[in-house]
Amino acid sequence: MTVIDVSKDYEARTLTFFAEFSAPIKRVWQLWEDPRQLERWWGPPTWPATFTEHELFEGGTMKYYMTGPEGDQSRGWWRVIAVDPPNSLEFENGFADETGAPVKDSPAMNMLVTLSEGTSGVTRMVVQSSYPTKAFMDKVMEMRMEEGMKGALSQIDDLL
Amino acid sequence: MYNHMVVHKKNDQKADKLFHALSDTTRRSIVTRCLQGDHTVSELARSYPMSFAAVQKHVAVLERAELVTKHRRGREQLVSGNVQSIRCAFDVLEQFEELWRGRIERMDQILTQHPKQGATK
Repeated sequence: MTVIDVSKDYEARTLTFFAEFSAPIKRVWQLWEDPRQLERWWGPPTWPATFTEHELFEGGTMKYYMTGPEGDQSRGWWRVIAVDPPNSLEFENGFADETGAPVKDSPAMNMLVTLSEGTSGVTRMVVQSSYPTKAFMDKVMEMRMEEGMKGALSQIDDLL
Repeated sequence: MYNHMVVHKKNDQKADKLFHALSDTTRRSIVTRCLQGDHTVSELARSYPMSFAAVQKHVAVLERAELVTKHRRGREQLVSGNVQSIRCAFDVLEQFEELWRGRIERMDQILTQHPKQGATK
């Protein structure tokens, strides 16, 4: 059984996901290591992913596209910052244009994946995703802190 | 969350505009006011220590990001807040969380169906 937990650190602009899988660490690592396995879970069922480039080494690039229900495509990229199989992987993840090149001025997220094997073959996975200082999560949080905005939204909720 | 991975690029540009518009304190304040009720540009201009033209510019940025809409009432231009766009900004985070919950569930499914190393076919 998978245990999923999420923690949000608004100050650090970080969302952290915790999961536990009933599988050995090397098996879980394969889900990242093997592009064919990776594309089976990276995109939602309605937006399946296809990885056209998968370089799982420091400085390596990943390129993928996801195809929507109407055939429209969303492209993305990873840049591998550090990798230590089967324990950790750090990469940047952002939007790509039609050519697969990163979209200018579009914020990239920093993703840190850590795997650790516990007792009885359970592997714990921690995925920490942080946004760069200028990115939009910041703005969202600033907005949320404004009482006036909160008030306005709760009023609207009452009306609906 | 405005789903950074999944949403089409058009939405990406829309979101960029949205977050750019919201990156300014005055503009956030204008949106907040206009969500609570319509205001004319002149009313807004009187509320901030800046020129009418400067406030008008801020309103134009908000309008392009679809955070506010403008409509005429007699000789005056009324500015209203657009609830949908504000919601979109808040949804960004929630969608991202949703995306990762889905990913973890799918990972678990694959591991359950193919517990052995390399055995996925």
